[in-house]
Amino acid sequence: MQYIPNILFLLVLASGIGYFTYNIKKVIRNIKLGLPVTVSDKGERWSNVARIAIGQSKMVVRPVSGALHIVVYLGFIIINIEVLEIIIDGLFGTHRIFSSFLGGFYGVLIGTFEILAVLVFAAVIIFWLRRNSIKIKRFMSSEMKGWPKSDGNVILYFEMVLMGLFLLMNATDVSFQQMDSGNVVSQHIASWFSGTSDGTLHLIERSAWWIHIIGILIFLNYLYFSKHLHIMLAFPNVFFGSITPKGQFKNNEAVTKEVKMMMDPNIDPFAAPPAGEEQAVPAKFGASDVMDLTQVQLLNAYTCTECGRCTSECPANITGKKLSPRKIMMDTRDRLEEVGKNIDANKGVFVLDNKQLLGDYITAEELWACTSCNACVEACPVSIDPLSIIMEMRQYLVMEKSAAPNELNVTMTNIENNGAPWPFNQQDRLNWKNE
Amino acid sequence: MSETINVPTMAEYMAQGKQPEVLFWVGCAGSFDDRAKKITKAFVKLLNNAGVDFAVLGTEESCTGDPAKRAGNEFLFQMQAVTNIEVMNAYEVKKVVTACPHCFNTIQNEYPQLGGNYEVMHHTQFLKSLMNEGRLKVEGGKFKGKRITFHDPCYLGRANGEYEAPRDLLRKLEVELVEMKRCKTKGLCCGAGGAQMFKEAEPGAKEINIERTQEAIEVKPAIIAAGCPFCNTMMTDGVKGENKEEEIEVMDVAEMIASAADL
Ligand code: SF4
Ligand code: SF4
Repeated sequence: MQYIPNILFLLVLASGIGYFTYNIKKVIRNIKLGLPVTVSDKGERWSNVARIAIGQSKMVVRPVSGALHIVVYLGFIIINIEVLEIIIDGLFGTHRIFSSFLGGFYGVLIGTFEILAVLVFAAVIIFWLRRNSIKIKRFMSSEMKGWPKSDGNVILYFEMVLMGLFLLMNATDVSFQQMDSGNVVSQHIASWFSGTSDGTLHLIERSAWWIHIIGILIFLNYLYFSKHLHIMLAFPNVFFGSITPKGQFKNNEAVTKEVKMMMDPNIDPFAAPPAGEEQAVPAKFGASDVMDLTQVQLLNAYTCTECGRCTSECPANITGKKLSPRKIMMDTRDRLEEVGKNIDANKGVFVLDNKQLLGDYITAEELWACTSCNACVEACPVSIDPLSIIMEMRQYLVMEKSAAPNELNVTMTNIENNGAPWPFNQQDRLNWKNE
Repeated sequence: MSETINVPTMAEYMAQGKQPEVLFWVGCAGSFDDRAKKITKAFVKLLNNAGVDFAVLGTEESCTGDPAKRAGNEFLFQMQAVTNIEVMNAYEVKKVVTACPHCFNTIQNEYPQLGGNYEVMHHTQFLKSLMNEGRLKVEGGKFKGKRITFHDPCYLGRANGEYEAPRDLLRKLEVELVEMKRCKTKGLCCGAGGAQMFKEAEPGAKEINIERTQEAIEVKPAIIAAGCPFCNTMMTDGVKGENKEEEIEVMDVAEMIASAADL
């Protein structure tokens, strides 16, 4: 009978981690629906991970939110050491296992956690105020209504509750308080319970301990449904982020093949393909749905934190156009999730649903408002590239649907005929010299 | 004006069996747009003054394809690119300078995959190197102490990480350089990029160039310095739209240097 708590703990832990793994596998499968990419220059990529993801270098471009985020981020990472202890205690029925072999250092450790917990608590309250009372503009956009708004708040409540439980658990732990080392914060909370019997204290401590770990597991499983997936995906996402100059847009290899063929006088375009060589599948130009995007672009979508730093720097958005780079990422994720559910419901194959990313989620009006200025790419703290998706979709509109705005059709005809976007003759190109 | 400038073509160089030091890629705006042509000439005067052995492609130059690519027409872009690359490779071009950040970006970043490998410089980078080598000498002159703000072209700044070359040139003119609220990595686009130059904007509350011009006006400059013919047009229109053309001029950095040197 004495093992019941251990077994119970194992079950809770296994189901928490199991369900999380199940969902993460789905995320990976969905990302793999995208086109594969090859990555080179691993060294530079790792240094980006160190600088941008681990070092938070882009977060601090905005000092206030950057500093608050670092508190929560450090708190999150460091307090996880405590979770390790909780798991060992839970599985083996020990109590504060680390204290037995860390000696005096244990107090230092827990003391640090307690201080961090208070700092995280405070930071989270400021975050909440920024979203709900100060109403910072980038959290008020139209794409932030409904679920995205509540999602942002739910995470903050989670963190408050978890930090509170951690401190409560320490405060009501009689032996820990008697140790009187590391209880820098909890000793003050403990004083609220003076006069409470040891039995009751034990009950509170055990409840806080259990709710704390169960809360962490629920939080872990909440990630998949939330913008908070970034706490894991930010690292791979930064790794796979672009390392070429921002002005360099992707070269479409299928087009290159066609162009080379047209320009090569030795190739007879009407010749039958050599025997045995398969007729190449006609490539689809650009993207109209998530499967046409690359795996990195889909990883981008799952990583987006919905922070809106991109949108708040977007010239189109600033001047009231419908385009919002954050919405491009949120739409991509929503559509990808929809496709994933479709696959789940149809025994592993995608059944056409008469919907697509273009039109049903992202409109042509949004796409045509982009100036390709890269402000969104520069602003994103986790190396997401909304612009690349916009460009892929424009390519589809123009090359597959001939659906460019009329003035652009005129521009392109001019380029084709005159070698300039305006209707001037190429032969007049040097006239300026004599004017 | 024409009497003072010397603009040889690559074909002429070839006929003499010579190679110029650098190809000046003029670009469509620089060739055809009335405002941008002045920038082209100012830059040529500086090249002449510094004794740079350069040539242009003239009628053999064609649009780099930047607007086509950014408008989604990859096919037209690559046709333009491959044609231009054939011409440049036939002339064995090694080094290119251009006064247009869009041409600069495209030739530098998007031509290599299609077989065009050149050392490419924006004209502000090139002018800076001329000054560093002592080939071009300019003192503050008429711009000394004037309040100037520099508008970062997206395709020079964020796209290629060059923020300092144009500012260094302005410092050489001993101007009072004032920065707008949004500058360098956070610089706000003028609204022309991504082929927007050639179409009406989508419905919204404001034109982007007006937003940007208002931001520039806030710092009360005598001159808004630009480094891109399209930014120049956008900011000039913005200044007119805000009825400030009496007080504020929009000038390319090359024009300022040429004017300071009394060329
Ligand atoms: S690149 Fe396009 S979407 Fe991104 S900030 Fe600029 S205009 Fe907005
Ligand atoms: S794309 Fe980047 S900057 Fe934009 S909302 Fe997502 S995480 Fe934030």
